[in-house]
Amino acid sequence: MLSKRIIPCLDVREGKTTKGIKFKNNVDIGDPVEMARFYYEQGADELVFYDITASSDKRDIMIDVVRRTAEAIFIPFSVGGGIRTVDDMRAVLLAGAEKISVNSAAVKNPAIIADGAKAFGSQCIVLGMDVKKEEASQKIPSGYEIVINGGRTFMGIDALWWAREAERLGAGEICLNSIDADGTKHGYEMTLTKMICEAVSIPVIASGGAGTPEHIRAVLDEAGADAALIASMTHFGTYTVQGIKEYIHDRGIKTRMAW
Amino acid sequence: MIAIIDYRAGNLTSVERAVRYLGYPVCITHNHQEIAAADRIIFPGVGAAGKAMADLRELGLDQVIRQAFVDGKPILGICLGTQIIFSMSEEDSYTRCLGLLPGVVKRFPDPLLDEGRRLKIPHMGWNQVLFAEHPVFAGLGAESEYYFVHSYYPEVPEEARDLIVGTTCYGITFTSAVALDNLVAVQFHPEKSGAAGLVILDNFCRWSPAC
Repeated sequence: MLSKRIIPCLDVREGKTTKGIKFKNNVDIGDPVEMARFYYEQGADELVFYDITASSDKRDIMIDVVRRTAEAIFIPFSVGGGIRTVDDMRAVLLAGAEKISVNSAAVKNPAIIADGAKAFGSQCIVLGMDVKKEEASQKIPSGYEIVINGGRTFMGIDALWWAREAERLGAGEICLNSIDADGTKHGYEMTLTKMICEAVSIPVIASGGAGTPEHIRAVLDEAGADAALIASMTHFGTYTVQGIKEYIHDRGIKTRMAW
Repeated sequence: MIAIIDYRAGNLTSVERAVRYLGYPVCITHNHQEIAAADRIIFPGVGAAGKAMADLRELGLDQVIRQAFVDGKPILGICLGTQIIFSMSEEDSYTRCLGLLPGVVKRFPDPLLDEGRRLKIPHMGWNQVLFAEHPVFAGLGAESEYYFVHSYYPEVPEEARDLIVGTTCYGITFTSAVALDNLVAVQFHPEKSGAAGLVILDNFCRWSPAC
């Protein structure tokens, strides 16, 4: 049977991680390649780089990070942030990423999902969804709406509809981020995650809100997510990937325990 | 020199990086002379069987691979490369493949069920492989897992079951590794399977088939 995946997410700006990991010796390291290698050795099943570089003329720095990472780690990793065209996708994939993730670019231009899937295969295309809860309405029947710009712009699109539409267009995976839960450390948005997992037949990565290994167990087991994205839990040394895996493994969740 | 066969089938650089990381000289090539001169061959691939076979034929690489197999050169198939080593694939309304091994590549049944729960297709992520004894799979822990991305799997006929050297469970038990003489082929991606995958690549790069 497939293992449930634990996926650390690294935010990168102009080639540096925005938050260093606290290593055992308490030295913060801002090099994304070194952090990737650290997580690789710790047993991460996959990695996500999220490029938050603002100016487009500095985007080549990220390509260099991807290339150096691909030489240092031998697990799949994906890159999101600022990918708007098939050419952007190609550059990242050729540099050595396994997958690319599109979020607001796909909301504005859904054809990029189909174009990317046709050019590189669905397995390369991850749809990132930022979602906010609200009153269910005729326009947003599920009560969950797609937002962009970090939750500041409501798009008038129902999250449940968008997940199904993205699958139809050829997305190979969904990374589902709850803006409401993000940063709270109170746990993943279970209702939303369960709803999307039941609605689509592509894998769903739960994102936003993880604070404890129990939160991860719950979203993988009870909400049915295929993978859990983690960030601050491990970046600051509170938990380790290995520790999280031992916790969920002991509670009956199949996860990769040998690396 | 290890030649990675380039037939436009997806991104081959991850295989190259992994082999280079292990310290072996490696090149990505579709040049017949270079492949003929190589000590061993890796035959990877991501994509669909129909286009892959058409591209192989157009580049004349189907004959080059057959010749290398007959000559006894060590060959490692990966993912789509493994599938098109068989006689036929159901993909792209039945594609005739290289036929180095007997068997038909089939799509996972839909619905694919595990204790009543519907499994997702493609089979994507980490899973275990039960390996038979083979030098290329030596030194691997039973708990190790490997990274898969596929919707099709090879079905080996009953009379050729001794070719099977690895099986994996995903709703059904399917063949995830095969071997015959100087040929070994896996359905998963050793280049994306962490330390365990690197052990397999390293074993292959040092393997002298006894034939």
